Amino acid sequence: MTIHGGGGEHLAPPPMPQRSRRESFELFSARIPFTLKVAAVWGVILVLLGALFAAADFDVAWMRENATFIAKGITWTIIIAVISIALACTLALLGALGRVSNSAIAVGVTGFYTSFFRGTPLIVQLFLLYLALPQIGIALGDPWADLLTLDVLTAGILALGLNYGAYMTEIFRAGIQSVGHGQSEAAEALGMNYVQKMRRVVLPQALRVIIPPTGNEFIAMMKDTALVSFLGASLDQMEIFRRAQLVGRADFRNLEALLIAAVMYWGLTTVFQYFQLRLERRLSKGYVRGTAGVAVAGQRSNAGA
Amino acid sequence: MSTAPSTPDLVVDGLWKSFGDHVVLKGIHLEVKAGEVVVVFGRSGSGKSTLLRCINFLEEPTAGTIEVAGIRVEGGGHRTRAKRERIRQLRIRAGMVFQDFNLFPHRTALDNVMEGPVTILRRPRRDAERTGRELLEVVGLADKADQFPIQLSGGQQQRIAIARALAMNPKVMLFDEPTSALDPELIGEVLAVMRRLAKELHMTMLVVTHEMGFAREVASSMAFVHEGEIIEQGPPEQVIGDPQRAETRRFLDAVL
Repeated sequence: MTIHGGGGEHLAPPPMPQRSRRESFELFSARIPFTLKVAAVWGVILVLLGALFAAADFDVAWMRENATFIAKGITWTIIIAVISIALACTLALLGALGRVSNSAIAVGVTGFYTSFFRGTPLIVQLFLLYLALPQIGIALGDPWADLLTLDVLTAGILALGLNYGAYMTEIFRAGIQSVGHGQSEAAEALGMNYVQKMRRVVLPQALRVIIPPTGNEFIAMMKDTALVSFLGASLDQMEIFRRAQLVGRADFRNLEALLIAAVMYWGLTTVFQYFQLRLERRLSKGYVRGTAGVAVAGQRSNAGA
Repeated sequence: MSTAPSTPDLVVDGLWKSFGDHVVLKGIHLEVKAGEVVVVFGRSGSGKSTLLRCINFLEEPTAGTIEVAGIRVEGGGHRTRAKRERIRQLRIRAGMVFQDFNLFPHRTALDNVMEGPVTILRRPRRDAERTGRELLEVVGLADKADQFPIQLSGGQQQRIAIARALAMNPKVMLFDEPTSALDPELIGEVLAVMRRLAKELHMTMLVVTHEMGFAREVASSMAFVHEGEIIEQGPPEQVIGDPQRAETRRFLDAVL
């Protein structure tokens, strides 16, 4: 944990008649562990924010009372995010395999998919899925009218999954292409077919490159679940933001409600980042000399502090 | 796949390969009979590596046929599904060892060796593990079974790569400059394993290499490739001791 601290503090200072105040401060600062200093900076920021919060005269009692009501949305936020990211990963994998394949159909379909879903706003896609699909269904006739009329959550999950899947196609494609050509050749020379090569050799290695940015996408996704609230979910299916809006408006405490929601999103993403870090550490197995994983893990946790 | 003892394990017939306008191989003919070790040598850029890569279709031959243990594949033309399957069958019978090892870095040494039998041949894991450990023994790395490739030296990695290829129980082993990426002090251990394959296990081998000492000792036959053609072939005493072509003599003078 002392990697960052190991700068020049052990060097003897050059002989000088008198230390300037700045220099004494630098020497003093160098003796304090780096992580402790980072923690101190966080402390200062939080105290400042706290002071602002107090000065802004928020209705703390109301916040305490209504926090649990908003917190009940956490489950739905997580459910929406998890199902959507699973859908997005599946689409991204298929999309990436399509992009790098030599089938005209696969390249055409995935090309259109990524172009459309990266080229239009997520909020537009949400409304298109929720409002335009049923209309198409009615035009198509009997079984379609029911099939294409989606409830709020299905439309939301579908839109998030499709949209993020289109972006993540590029992440997955880059991951697949990051695996050296020699690996493909080794797999083929053994006698593997395409599926075996991808499943056993290429994708496991691509995953190391894919996981970190996918974690970022998931964090972004958790926050974008708030957009689903624009479709108007019923009370038993509301995620954080919709619940916050609901109580905030009812009691004219909009800012307080938003503040609670912000803290909850922040908490969720922080918890997730912790798991992401552990996953990345596990994946580095086989890429670090000596006791596999430990060296990199130490560096990562430090850099992330 | 029982083949009559008279048919060679590997036949390369009329092999042409060009990259765009550049013709790399010009009608190569080569046979390797069961238990033979054929060493292919020549200047860099002469086409010897391309020859090896065409044999298991890592490069598509422009024309010509390759036959490994009775599996015949015609070069050139579109790779249809049926052709891809025949290439796969051919590859299963031809073990390949690369210059830069290409071990699977996310798998331990033992898992690398077991990968082919388990995934491709659908062997039960337990059987594959037993043969895997035996093969690690053969290449002298039984104690490294649980190490990841990055924890091993280049020489050790190449020996694991040889074991990985052997695990498929191939008819022919193809070696593409197996010691060229190694530090000088690690070359000996890899050559020792290859020598053992040839002499004790009577493996049929096609080896592209510059190691003339190894060739002299192990090769049944040596083929000198010059500008895409085999211009001289014969037993090592003859090719090294009394080369017939000026190009061969010049090359040997440079490397010996």
